[in-house]
Parts: sequence; structure tokens; C-alpha cells
Amino acid sequence: MIRFQGVTKLYATSARPALDTVSVEIEKGEFVFLVGQSGSGKSTFLRLVLKEDKPTKGQIWVAGKELSRLSHWKVPVLRRQIGTVFQDFRLLPNKTVRENVAFALEVIGKSRHTVAKVVPEVLDLVGLSGKEERMPDELSGGEQQRVAIARAFVNRPMILLADEPTGNLDPTTSVGIMRLLDRINRTGTTVVMATHDSHIVDSMRRRVIELEQGHVTRDQSRGVYGYAR
Amino acid sequence: MRARFVLSEVLTDLQRNLTMTIAVVLTVAISAAGLGVAWLMREQVQTTKSFWYGNIDVQVYLTPTVDQTERDTIRNTLVQLPLVESVHYVSQTEAFQRAQVLFKDSPSLLKNITPHSLPESYLVKLKDPRKFAVVSSAVQNLPGVDQVATGVTILRKIFRFIDGMQRAALVLSLVVFIVAVLLIFNTVRLSAFSRRRETGIMRLVGASDLMIQGPFVIEGAASGFVGSLFALGLLSLFKIVFVDHGIASLAPTATPYVGWGTVAGIFPFLVLLGVFVSALISGATLQRYLRV
Repeated sequence: MIRFQGVTKLYATSARPALDTVSVEIEKGEFVFLVGQSGSGKSTFLRLVLKEDKPTKGQIWVAGKELSRLSHWKVPVLRRQIGTVFQDFRLLPNKTVRENVAFALEVIGKSRHTVAKVVPEVLDLVGLSGKEERMPDELSGGEQQRVAIARAFVNRPMILLADEPTGNLDPTTSVGIMRLLDRINRTGTTVVMATHDSHIVDSMRRRVIELEQGHVTRDQSRGVYGYAR
Repeated sequence: MRARFVLSEVLTDLQRNLTMTIAVVLTVAISAAGLGVAWLMREQVQTTKSFWYGNIDVQVYLTPTVDQTERDTIRNTLVQLPLVESVHYVSQTEAFQRAQVLFKDSPSLLKNITPHSLPESYLVKLKDPRKFAVVSSAVQNLPGVDQVATGVTILRKIFRFIDGMQRAALVLSLVVFIVAVLLIFNTVRLSAFSRRRETGIMRLVGASDLMIQGPFVIEGAASGFVGSLFALGLLSLFKIVFVDHGIASLAPTATPYVGWGTVAGIFPFLVLLGVFVSALISGATLQRYLRV
């Protein structure tokens, strides 16, 4: 589903590459933790999957497409197959929960009929039934992240990228979010989650890819956050 | 693309940037109106010129003491000029008769005219009236010539005045046009900035370029459209106040002044220009400030 082959990413502002000849393959339906310290290259990895940046060297395949061969106007089509969740939720503050989720469908041209049918379903899935008309600032952090996950998943993407989705949440709330991501993964969606949270990684026992200064230093199926912790 | 959705986004955004939207509308209005005024003036100069040049003759007035040899020399000189079409001799009697017709509405003026008070003259028709200066320089210094008169001398002053006005209107509208471009540029930048969350999410979920940039371009086009409608109002006002109640009533001449037909002819052009230019500038700005 996602394949990096000898991928190096150099930013103009830094002498050290953010990613250094990284080769990784993530299969369809996998749940993968991307761990490592700040600046280890986790976010760069996710940005490259989204084709928000292009690699300095190497090749990336996402959903069967080699990204460097993807023309500019086809990038939106690629991104429709990828849902993305962030640490800071990135909801629209002036739209209700329902409108926030509907927005993601409206801007890719889905019919009003589809929007009206699909949005309640996904809000039910993330456990927000009954809160459709709330504004984001009336929700707890965990609920806001559920809205963000609903928005990322409403179009039933093949891949869900999560960049520190529990970074702003307390441990109990985080567990709820992880259960939700696990459920989404069980529908066949490939989930890639970048995180700092060792408890979550240790308790989930899923594949762990550790990055350190742009190198893959560990790739374990059913791994834990780190050996010496 | 969902028309209803896009339109509601556009409306929300126009409201959010209301002051800037008004500024854009007004500058587009003023610059388009200025352009329209310059255009009207150009039309006016054109019609006036062709009207007068079609009717103008050069009149060579002779001194009271002119003798027959001098008359013949002058006549021959005129006839030999290649651009002269015809030469007609106006005797004092004929001049007197013409004056009777010309000034029949001014009896006080006629009282002082006798057949001998008016000079005799040659009435010269030119093939190209614009070259009347050749005629004056050819005969001006011949003995027996008093003066060479032509309406063109006065007309040229008027033309120079209207030309100046036209140029001023053009310069003004250009300056305002630049202001309009900068304002649209800034407005789009502001609205791109105020909508960066929305556009960020749109990019993320895979909205097409058209979907992301469309609302901004529509906003620009809508402001341009409203602005150009205001311009039509301003131009009509100019036509009524300055043409109909201004020069036309102050200086009624045989020349036709620009009519509503001409004004109406400019309208669609101004609207198209307002919409097209505003949309174009919006689009161009987006290329810089809204990476998709």
C-alpha cells in the first residue's frame, strides 16, 4: 500500500537529511506505528506519502502509484484515498460537527444526497451521534479528535495517516481514540500513526518502525516503543 | 463542483472581507468609468473632426485696395495647389447677400452691414481639409491678401482642449486601474489568508484546484461585475451632467454631441473588462499565495 525505496529528503534549511535512504514497505490493512524523537523524520515521512513534498532521491509508491510520475492535477485524486488526522485536530471553528465532516465531502464534489446519508453514519461510527450540531469549541479534546477522524474517514480512504493524534489528549481519552483507530483498521484501512506515546505503542503490540535522525533503526512486527524504556 | 456550496462559501467570504470588497468595487467603478469617459471624449473628437473637416472651407480675404492683377495672381496660385479642389470668387455683393442669410436672426448686426463694408474673398474647397496650413502659407504674403481665415484655427484649439481632457481621463483611469489591481491583489491575499484553514483542509482531503481557487476567482469576478455596474451609472451621470446639461447646453453647435447610442456601445465592453480583469488578477494572485 505504501512503499519507500531509498528515499532521501533534504530540506534547503538543513545540512542533515530529514530522511536518509529510507526503504520501507507497508502492506494493505496493516497498522503501523512510526516512532522516534522530534526531528527524526516522522512528519516528513507522512508529508511525502501525501505528496505535499517530493523526495530529493528515491521512489515512493502509494496505492499502486509511483508518486513522482503522478501529474500535478492527479494529486487530489491520490489524497482522496488518504485520510489525515493531526495532533491539533484542524477543525473549522465556525462550522458545526456535521458541517465539518460534510465539508470534506462537499469540496470533492459529492452530491448532497450522499453527504446527507454518509455523514450521520460516520459520526455514529466515531461515537458522536447526538452532537452533530455542536460547535468544535463546545467539545472536549477527545471529541474534537473524533470529529477530525470522522472527517478523515468519511470518504472511506484506503489509508489513514495520523500525526500524533493523541498528543494533546489525556491517557484515558487517548485509549478511546486508539480503540477508534483500531476499529477503522479492522475495516481494512491501512493506518500509519506517528507518535511519542510509549504506553499506547506498548499496549497495542502492532508493527513499529523507529526513525532516528532520518534512518530506520528498527522495524518490528508486534513491537514496543523502545527497548530501554 | 457543487454550485450551491461554492456560492455559499463565496458569500460568506465576501461578507467577511466587506470593507475590502467595497474598496475593490469602488476602485473598479472609478477606473472603468474613467476609461469610459476617455472613450466618450475620443468619440466626441472623432465626430466633431469629421463633421467640421467635411464642411470646412478656407476663405482668403482680400484687401479693399486689391487690383485685378493681384486678384488673378492669387487665384492662379490657389488653383495650382494640388490639394485645392475648387476656388470660388465671392464679390462684395455676394458676401453681403450671404450675410443677410447667415445673420437673419441678428437684425442689429445686419443694420451695420452695407454691401461695401464686407471684403471680397476667395472661398477655397480643399481635397484634404486638414492640410489647410499649406494654403495659408502659399497665399498669405501675396499682395492683395488681407488674411486667410478658417474655422479650423478655432477648432484646433477646441480639439486640443478635448484631447487634453481625454488624455487626463485616460491617465486618471490608468492610475485608478493600478490602484484597483493592487487592491484586488491585496484583497485576494487577505481572503486567502483568512481562509487558510479551509484551503488547508481542502488540499488535504483532495479537493481539486478548481474547487479551491474557484471561489476566489468568482469573488474577484463578482466584485468586478458590481464595480462595472457602478461605472455604468457614473458614466451615464457624466453624460447627463457634463454633456447634455454641460457643453451641449452651453455651446450648442451644429456638431452632434455623443449620444446614448455611443454610451450604450461602451457599456458591455466596460462590464466585460471589469469582470475579466478582476477575475484574472484574482487568479494570478492565487498562483503566488495559494499553493495547491
